[in-house]
This record gives sequence, C-alpha cells and structure tokens, in this order.
Amino acid sequence: MSLVGINKSFGPVRANRDIDLSVQRGTVHGIVGENGAGKSTLMSILYGFYTADSGTIHVSGKQVSITDSRHALALGIGMVHQHFMLVDNFSVIENVVLGAEDSALLGPTLSKAREQLKQLAKDYGLEVDPDALIEDLSVGQQQRVEILKALYRGADILILDEPTGVLTPAEADHLFRILKTLRDEGKTIILITHKLREIMAITDEVSVMRQGTMVKTLQTAETSPEELAELMVGRRVLLEVDKKPASPGKVMLEVENLVVTDDFGIPRVKNISFQVRAGEIVGVAGVAGNGQSELLEAISGMRDQTLGSVKVNGESISAFGDDGAARLRDAGLAHVPEDRLREGLVTTLLEWENSILGYHNSYGTGLGLDVGKAKAEAAERIEKFDIRPANTALKTANFSGGNQQKIVLAREMERNPDVLIVGQPTRGVDIGAIEFIHKQIIAMRDAGKAILLVSVELDEIRSLSDRILVLFDGEIVGEADPATADEGTLGLLMAGVHESTTPKNEAETEARLPEHVTPIEKTLTEMSPRVEKDNSQ
Amino acid sequence: MSTRVPLPRWVDVALLPVLNVMLAFLIGGIVVMLVGQNPLDAVGIMIYGAFGYGSGFGYTLYYTTDFIFAGLAVSVAYQAGLFNIGPEGQAYVAGLGVILVALALNGLPWLITVPAMIVAGGLFGAAWAFIPGYLQAKRGSHIVITTILFNFIAVSMMGYIISKHLKPVGVNSDESAPIDAVSRVPQLNVFWDLFKHSPVNISFILALLALVGVYWLVWRTKFGFAMRVLGQNPTAARYAGISNSRMIMITMALAGALAGMVAVNNVGGVQGRLILNFVSGAGFVGVAVAFMGKGHPFGVALSALLFGALYQGGQELAFSMPGITREMIVTIQALVILFTGAMGDMLRPPLERVFFKPPNPSSAEGG
Repeated sequence: MSLVGINKSFGPVRANRDIDLSVQRGTVHGIVGENGAGKSTLMSILYGFYTADSGTIHVSGKQVSITDSRHALALGIGMVHQHFMLVDNFSVIENVVLGAEDSALLGPTLSKAREQLKQLAKDYGLEVDPDALIEDLSVGQQQRVEILKALYRGADILILDEPTGVLTPAEADHLFRILKTLRDEGKTIILITHKLREIMAITDEVSVMRQGTMVKTLQTAETSPEELAELMVGRRVLLEVDKKPASPGKVMLEVENLVVTDDFGIPRVKNISFQVRAGEIVGVAGVAGNGQSELLEAISGMRDQTLGSVKVNGESISAFGDDGAARLRDAGLAHVPEDRLREGLVTTLLEWENSILGYHNSYGTGLGLDVGKAKAEAAERIEKFDIRPANTALKTANFSGGNQQKIVLAREMERNPDVLIVGQPTRGVDIGAIEFIHKQIIAMRDAGKAILLVSVELDEIRSLSDRILVLFDGEIVGEADPATADEGTLGLLMAGVHESTTPKNEAETEARLPEHVTPIEKTLTEMSPRVEKDNSQ
Repeated sequence: MSTRVPLPRWVDVALLPVLNVMLAFLIGGIVVMLVGQNPLDAVGIMIYGAFGYGSGFGYTLYYTTDFIFAGLAVSVAYQAGLFNIGPEGQAYVAGLGVILVALALNGLPWLITVPAMIVAGGLFGAAWAFIPGYLQAKRGSHIVITTILFNFIAVSMMGYIISKHLKPVGVNSDESAPIDAVSRVPQLNVFWDLFKHSPVNISFILALLALVGVYWLVWRTKFGFAMRVLGQNPTAARYAGISNSRMIMITMALAGALAGMVAVNNVGGVQGRLILNFVSGAGFVGVAVAFMGKGHPFGVALSALLFGALYQGGQELAFSMPGITREMIVTIQALVILFTGAMGDMLRPPLERVFFKPPNPSSAEGG
C-alpha cells in the first residue's frame, strides 16, 4: 500500500504537505509525530473520512480513490479509532455485525458471525465473550471488539490510532501480542502513536511526521529512540528570548499531592507536587495528553481535583465546585487557558465583553455592569497589547488567532496577578505575536510574578523557563535546568523512555503501588481502569 | 451538518422572519381558498379585527400582554442556554398566588392589591420554575423534560386545588370566588375611552416595563453578562468562575416570575377570579414568540404583537366568515409557529446564496 504526494488543508492550516508513504505487506508500520503533526489526518484520508486535496493512493499496486469508509473497507482497510465507535448497550456480536448485515433477518448473520468470531479468536488470540454487553467490558476488551469488527469485514490493512492511550500497561502488552500474531498471519498494521517505546517494541518500520510533512521512514531495527525523538521534535531554530537570570523569591504557588481524574474517572494527574516561586517561570514539558491539561484545569478551578491541595500565596484555596475559578482569581491567580476558543473566550461576544470575562464583578457597583469603564479599559489594553483591529465593539470571532490570544493575555496580565498560569501561549499564533507574547511573559516574571507555563512546544519551554518539569503519564518524571538540558534528553523523558538511572524508580513504583503505601496511591490503584478479568471461558 | 454562513444582521433579524410569516400566510391563504373562501377578504377582516377599532385593538393588546410575559420567560432562560418550555405551568401556579393574595386583601384599593398580586404571582411562578432549575443544576435532570412535565403536574395540582378548595359553595363552574371590582387590576378603558369594552389592563404597561427591564438585565448587568457567557459557552463560564448551578437556579426562578405575570393579567385584570385552565395555551405560544423574537426583548415585543393580532383577528374572522371555523384559525396560527419556529431556517440557504460575502474581518459588523 502506498500514498503519493498527499496534500490536505483545513482553511489556512496545511495538515498534510506532499506526503509519501509506502507500507509493505505483512509488516507493522509505525507513524510517530507530535500532536498536530498530521498523523490522524493522513490516516483519515486513507480511511475515506477526508478526501485529499491532491495526491494518489495505491493499494496492492492499483491506484484507487477512497471516498468513504465503506470504500476503504471494500479495499480491505480497517480502522480502530482512538475513541471507540461501539454501541454500548449492544452485545459484542451485534456490534461486530452492525452495518455488515447480510439480510433483513438478523438470525443467519449472527450465526455466521458467531462461527467467524470463534475462528478469529482461535487464530489471533482475540477472545471476547460474543454475548457480553459492551458497557460491561473493560477498555482493553472493547478495543478487541473494534479489531474484531475490522477483521470480520475482511480487513487486510489495519490502522490503529493511538491504541494504547486508554489502556493499562498489561492491556497494552496483550494488544501487542495480538498485533504480532496478526502480522505473522499476513495482515498489515499501521500504528499511529507518539510513544517511542511502543514503536521500538513492535514495529518493523517507522515513519516520522512533523508539522504536516513526512520527515523520514526508517527501519526500526536500525534506529534508536534518541534519533526518533530528534526527528519528531525537529531542530527548529530556537527563538532567542532575551532574559536576565531569574531571582526567585518566596513560594507563590504550591501544589501538593494533586490527583485529577478525567471525565471518565481515569486518573490523568497522579500525585503531583511542586512549587512555583515569585519571579520564576516553571515550564511543564510533555507530549500532549500526559496530564498537562488536567493539571492546568485543576489548578485554575476548571476541573474538580480528586485529591491534594493548591495554595496560592501561602493560602489554601478550595478550587472545588463550579465557581472555584472565581475564588482562585480573588486569591491572585490568573489563567491563560490552553484552548482559548473553547475556554478563554466567548467568541460570540464582543471584544470588550471578553476583556472583562472572569473579572466582570469588579465593573460597576451593585447589580449594574459599568459598560463605560469596561470599554475604556478594553481600549487601553488594545493599545498596550497592539490588538488589531483596535475595535472594542467587534465580535471576538472576527479577530485573528494571535489577536484573540492577546485579548486573553491582556485581560489576565493587566489584573496584576501574583500567579500566572499559561497554557500553550503561542498555539496557532504567528511569529510576530509569538515574540511579543514571550516578551510579556518574561516581563511578568521580572515584575516578581510566579509563572507556570505549559506548552507542547519544547523550544518555547526551553527558552522561557527557569526550571523545567517533565510530565509523563500524569507524573513528574524529571526536572531539568533549561540551560544544561539538551533536547534529546528532554525528548526521551517526554516520550517516557527513562535514562539508565531511572528504571530503578519505575520498578520501585510498580512494586510499591499494589501495597498502597499511602492513601493517595491506594486511591490511584482503585481508580485505574479495570484490569481485564482473566479469560475464564 | 452544514455550517451557518453569516448573513447581514438585518437579513437575519428582519427579512427572514418577515418572509417566514408571509410564507405561513400564503399557505394559510391556500387553505382558506380550499374551503371556498376569499383569502384576501379573510386577511382584511383579520387586520380590521385586530387593529381596526378600539375594542378589537384592546383585545389584541390584552393577548399581546400574555405573550410578552410568556415570551420573556422563555427568552430570559434562553439567554443562559436553558430551554424553558414551562411558562404554561408557571403561569398557572402563579394564578394561585395571585388569587390567594387578592382574596386575602379583597376590598382594598387596587394600589395596594395590585403590587401584592404582582409579588405573589411572581413568587409562585418563580417557585414552580425553580424546582426544574434545581433539578437541572444539582441532579442533571434535563430542563426541557422537567419543565414540560411540570406543566402537567401544574394542571393536575391546580385542578385539585380549584375544584376542591377554592370553589365557593353553591358555584357550579370550576372557579374561585371573585375579587371585588375595586381590588382588581384596573383596565385601561377606565383611563382611555379608546379601549372601551376590551380587557387590556395595567398589566400591559407592566409588560412594556418588563421588556425594558429584561433588556437592562441581560445587557447592562453583571448577572446578565454571566448569563450570556453561560448561554454561549459553558466551558468559558466555568473558566470565569461563574457558577453554573447558581445561575441556572436564579435564571429559572426569574423566568418563572415573568411567566407568573400572565396570571396578574388574566386572574387579576380580566376574570377577577381563578378559572380552571385560564392560561389556555398562552405559555406555549410564549415559546414560539421567544423563538421568533430571537430571544431579544424587541423581537419578543413584535412577535407577541403578531400573535396577539392573530388571536384577536382570528376570532373576528371566525365570527364574520361562517365558512371559516375556529379550527381554521388555529391552523393558520400553527402555520405561523411552524414556519417561524420549527422551520425558521428553511429559507436560510437561498438567502445565504443571495447575501453571502466571503468573510472579511475588517468589514464585519460593528455592533
């Protein structure tokens, strides 16, 4: 199977640029890259969700055009999505035949499917009780159902999008055994991931994507995690940031034993403790999806923390409840959220209205909102932060990404907070604005503010931070000094590949966890996704 | 799902609703023709009936009053992202508050009883809307479902209270004891001869004040700001520290209080007693009014007037053109609701083709 010269743009964003990729039959082919590198877009083109703007797809030497997923299935391409596409209150077998029924009556299809499932289970070690309801299955078993669905439809090429993101280590191992069996039986597997460990463990070949382009395709046996990390992160020019050495003062933000779960009750932040002092920038590095978002949300009151405490300026603040963010703001914590469109702005409202979001109660006495004062201050900030167009009465959706980000930054910085939490300050922002934003953040630091910075841009973390914490799988796996740490080391830490000194820790942690040394660890083990029951049939 | 193309504001706000109403009348006209009547005559009679003479106009304004309150009850909640389908029940229960206070203060001058009726009606309506609000905020029960069901509960509860407790001995129909004339909400014909023989009363003035008040609340207060943030982007509301649950409960209570003013208009101003099922659909019309008015007080005022005119003109029509029955009027009203509410965006695609300009941030609207 091969892809030649694939291009795909979403508006001004070029998600895929001249991508060439060829995958040999009967191999496991890994595709790695940072979030937003275009991996998922490429696979969606292959699976017919999107149509490429240009470029061709060849399957078994023949050029094909794939316009929808049925078409892809007919060509033997099956996909296992990151988020499962299963009907929760249907049984396994019903989900497998869904959309592939042979006749109006279900009976014959189901009995045929039952036979095939038995065969597939025998051939590939894909045991799942066909009559169990999906909602009763563990995440790992649900994933197996997804694989069965694809195989039942005759898939020869199986695409797995971040398959281990939701799995426990034991479930991931099981999945890899299944994938190896599938490969040995002649199936082709494309594995999308950003975890280098998995690439090294299972793939035969690996392609690295960065910023919409295909950087390189390598034989896994001939490469190393270091090389892949370098290719993945890229050697972009460090944006030089002019800054004086930090002079940290007293602790302004203190996070202790923080545990945060996501919407599904899976712990994403696992017992994190750290401090940020006045006059320093602490950067949190990590590949997206390793708990940074949940960490930011919990500290800023957007998500209820499960355990632990957050202290601002020495004072313990309850961030619990849907008005936690207001209490934190009152305590002097400002927050520039990761996703400004979804979280930090109401794009249907006007510029001046967004310029007071979160602080609206300080405009006007009594019930009334002092619109005049709000507009006047918004106009001042527009001037100071050079927000364009300089129009407080313009709907926020009509500003460009960089200017929207400036609206948020201006709002949060001009309140003169003690602690500033910044998530992805330059995501989707053009170069000129990036420089400006970086300068503002440094200026805040020099004014004695405590700043916590989270970014997926490693360069940004390295050039701005005075200390770097590396987050992997919800835990701080290392702390580095940006002056001395090199990109390779950080990249490896971010990818969860520990240095030779760290495996000891890992082993210790693993050995310790089940014994519930502390209440937090006990809770964590209890919250972990159900470890699959042993196949008792 | 196709994305909405931005249209010039006047097209969205004025042209689209007007075209929808015209389309509804066109289909309505065809229906009138099918039963063998002249649609132009029918329209003439309706317009005359609604606006042509003092008493008719008075009736139009009386209905408009109900629809403004019910429409605002839906609009206020809508600003906070809540679909309040319960003004019918909220108004009905408010009737209990109005009649209890009015009967307790019976005989006192209206300057005393009317404010008391307004407060009591508001409180009862607010309480009835607060419960679904609480259930949504604290228990996650969907407000659409609960407010609809609370309409039914209100009907049963009020039926019981009226027939078993409020009905005086010796009265056959299901209604409460009457309020003395001096204690009722004064009708405008007392002050203004034009509205002779029509029930429009001081509640209409109250409705106009409510329109202004809601505008002020939504666009000129901190609470209104929080409400709009919540309605437009709940995630950003949480980010801003706006308590979702608190906002929902307060907003719903406020909506219920506005719906409760329907009872002041009807129980206190017209009937002078609490009659079984007195709301008779005004609350549901409020939903259509709010949607046609895009949740904005100005739009609510216009669409409430349209529906008021339809109600009054329709009755005139049923009276003057024997070929057109009461059911025919309901059909035309339903067509207006259908075209402006449920199918309000049906004419959007062709308008988009006519008016679409490629997005250009610098030329976007300034207000």
